[in-house]
This record gives sequence, structure tokens and C-alpha cells, in this order.
Amino acid sequence: MINRAVFCMLISVFIVQGFIQASSVRVHAETTDVILATTTSTQDTGLLDELLPVFQKKTGFRIKTIAVGSGQAMAMGKKGEADVLLVHSPEDELKFMKEGYGKTRRLVMHNNFIISGPPEDPAGIAKSANAAGAFKRIAGSGSLFISRGDNSGTHAREKALWKKCGINPEGGKWYQQTGLGMGQTLSVAAEKKGYCLTDMATFLSMKDRLGVKAFMEGDGSLLNIYHVIELDSSRFPKINSRGGKSFADFIVSPAAQKIINNFGRARFGHPLYYPDAGKTEKSIGR
Amino acid sequence: MDLLADGVIRAFRLIINLDPEVAEITLLSLRISGSATLLGLVIGIASGTAIALASFPGKRLLISVINTGMGLPPVVVGLFVSVMLWRSGPLGFIGMLYTPAAMIAAQTIIAVPIIAGITIAAMQNLPENLRLQILSLGASRPRTVWMLMLEARLPLLAGVMAGFGGAVSEVGASIMVGGNIRGYSRVLTTATVMETGKGNFELAIALGIILLILAFIVTAVLTLVQQRGGRR
Repeated sequence: MINRAVFCMLISVFIVQGFIQASSVRVHAETTDVILATTTSTQDTGLLDELLPVFQKKTGFRIKTIAVGSGQAMAMGKKGEADVLLVHSPEDELKFMKEGYGKTRRLVMHNNFIISGPPEDPAGIAKSANAAGAFKRIAGSGSLFISRGDNSGTHAREKALWKKCGINPEGGKWYQQTGLGMGQTLSVAAEKKGYCLTDMATFLSMKDRLGVKAFMEGDGSLLNIYHVIELDSSRFPKINSRGGKSFADFIVSPAAQKIINNFGRARFGHPLYYPDAGKTEKSIGR
Repeated sequence: MDLLADGVIRAFRLIINLDPEVAEITLLSLRISGSATLLGLVIGIASGTAIALASFPGKRLLISVINTGMGLPPVVVGLFVSVMLWRSGPLGFIGMLYTPAAMIAAQTIIAVPIIAGITIAAMQNLPENLRLQILSLGASRPRTVWMLMLEARLPLLAGVMAGFGGAVSEVGASIMVGGNIRGYSRVLTTATVMETGKGNFELAIALGIILLILAFIVTAVLTLVQQRGGRR
């Protein structure tokens, strides 16, 4: 009986200690926490794991990464639920800025989208000249296409491509939406032997396991551009604008750009992202 | 099948080497779900006992509502807690979203109806005249309630186990209110989802196995307490 009581007390002390720790972190959190709403790809590739410790050590701010699609990240921004955004959906970003939610928007880096598909290439997209041509072939042959369907930056780009070739894929039997992140959507596409639009970084980290092939590599129309957006603090008094600015300044700084440039070289033989701080979208070919 | 085997091997390697990040994630899972269970235990058993022993109009309706709550979908809880805790939400001023404390709150909401529902069933299952018997022996009201609880300890502990199970295995609410922030609010379930998304299936399986082991250990300890008390 006594044993049991002591044991229960020990367990309770352990748990309550955790509880107190959790809540004390919170009080301390108010001033130093910065909420970064970003896309799943920056987290899934591991880039943020390299960047954030450097930033945190340098500035003392702690970044809370909320990895969602670009669409959801901007929705969070529109409600003032995030302090800074790292997103890749340029058209939506311009709209976001125009509506006055953001204070600054700076170019951070880019890589490329590609079309992933089964090596047999049933739609014969290898023969097409560009991504729009490939999409036409996929629709024309009724080959399976797996879409993110989640308003992410990748999904926005995919919709723009369908629009460009004048095809409305919705409702087609060959067109399916997962509503999941990039990695999972890529897995579904591979499993069903379908095509999908993906960013290069996620593709590289999964291709060996999935047995998929990249198409439209180096197509200039498939640039995938990331911007960092500071939110307008006059609109949202509760946001940590100092922290948000600090992170935005950091990610375009030479130190961070160097990390971005080197990231993934060891594992994949070439970088996953190309640093672009200070450049314009035009100069990188958009 | 290779993948599963690799996952199992990886799991044991992570455990044996005491991988610091995995250890931290595991401890955080235990702490958050443990706190939620502890809170759920206090609230659930107290309210469940009160409801079972009292008689009032609408009692059956309330019990139906609680029993429905036993199957509360975690994502709905997550959404509700998020909306409440948003900076623009009614409780936004506490600044609790994306913290372990928010996860404890969400998991407590999940655990309470489970524990309360089982408590109600357990208390109602006691023989009708037991209460009268205890009262007639001159026990005070609090003492009577305590003795009834002791009598129902087996199902009550089963309720606590079910509550812990509900809390520790839940992922939808934890991702929404905790944000799966590395080294801060990342627990076993959210890490498993993330690693699956990254395509690290082996690591995801390993984390899943560690979660099962954790749940087994906690439940085994509770079962030990339960069965020991049961024999007396």
C-alpha cells in the first residue's frame, strides 16, 4: 500500500513538473517566440533544421515553425496568426501584398518543379516541349494525374498550368486529388502509377524508394520561387513584428544564403535550392 | 515486408542508443498525455461520480451526451481549441496556441468524456443497496462516496487507461494546437505523421513502435495497480 502510494506520488510529481515546465515556457515565450508559417517542403527537406538553429543562436528568438501549404500559411497571415511567412505561390502572394496584409516581401531562393511519373511514361510526355504540352498529353491520353488539391503553392502552380493549356481537369476520371502534403501525394502517385507535379527537393528525397521518373527537368516555365513576407504590424497589433523582421532579415543575409546554397550538396550531388537574395524574379528567368 | 523489418530494427536501435531527439519526443509524449490523463482523471471521475450518484432532471440526456463524447473526433477538438486560442479568438490573450499546454488542454478534452463515461457506468453498476448499507453504518457523505469509488476501482482504472490511450494515440488535435514544433511540441504521433510525409517510412514505423511500447508500459503499470488492488 505504501509502496503504491510512493510510486503514484513519484509519477504525479514527474507529470506535474512537466506541466509546470510547459506553462512556464509559455510565459517566457511571449516576447521571444516567432511563428513562422511556411510550406511543407522547406520542413520536409530538412532545410529549416539547418537554418533555424543558426538564427536562434544569433538572435535569441525562437522560431515556431508551422508547416502547412502556402495557401494556409497566407490564410494564417491574413488573420494575424503568424509573424512571418516563407511561401512559394507568387500570384497569391502579390494579391496578399496588394490587400495590405504584408509589409515587405523579399525573394529568398528558387528551385524547379518537375513532373513525376512512371518510368514507362504511358502518356508519352517525354516528347513534349514544355510543361503545358506535357499536361495536354496527360489529359489527352486520360492518364492518371494526382493533384495535391490543398491550395498549396504547388497546387496553385498546377492549376495555373491547366489554365494555361485551356483544360479543366476537375471531374475527369483520370484526375484525382489527395488533399495531402507533397511527400504523401508523391507516394500516392507512385503507387497508382500516375503523374504529379512536385517540387524538385521533395522528389529527390523520395525518388529512389518510389521508382518514379522526373520529366520536364529544367523547363524554365516551372520555376519554384520562395519569398519571405513580413506582416503589417499596424494591421495586427498582436504579432511579434520585431521577431518577424529579424527572421526575414536573417534569411536573406549572406550567412543564411550560404547555408541555402550548400544545403543538399553532400546528399544529392547538387543543391536543392538556389539562393536569390537581392535578385528580382525577372533576373532568375521568370 | 523489408520495410517493416527495417522499421523494427531501427526502433530498437533508437531505443538502445537512447537517441536524444527520440528520447525527448517520447518523454514529451508521456508528459503531455500523462498530464492530460491526470487532469482528465480528476475532472472525469469527480463529474462522473457526481452524475451517477445524483438524480436530477435531464440525467439520461447528459449521460447520452457524455457517452457520445467518448468518441469525440480529435480533429474536431483540435479545431475547436485552435479557434478558441487564436490571437483573434476569445482566449487569444493568453498566447497559448502552439504550446505543450495547448496540447494538454486538447487531450484533456478528449480524455474527460472517456473517463467520465466509464465512471458513470461503473458507479451505476454497483449494487443499489451498497450505498444505503454504508450510510447506515454511520459513514459521512464524503466517506460514502470514497468507499463507493474504492468499490468501483477496477472499472475506474480501466477508464483511466482508456483515457490515456485516447490522449496518447491522438494526432489530429496535437498537430493543430501544438504545431509539431521541433524540440518543443513534437510528440510521437505528430513526428510519425511528419516522417511519413517526408517518405522516411522506416523512421515512421520505428516511432510508431516506440509509441506502442510506451502505451504498453503505462497500461501495464496501471494494470498492475488495478489487479493488485483487486485481489486485496
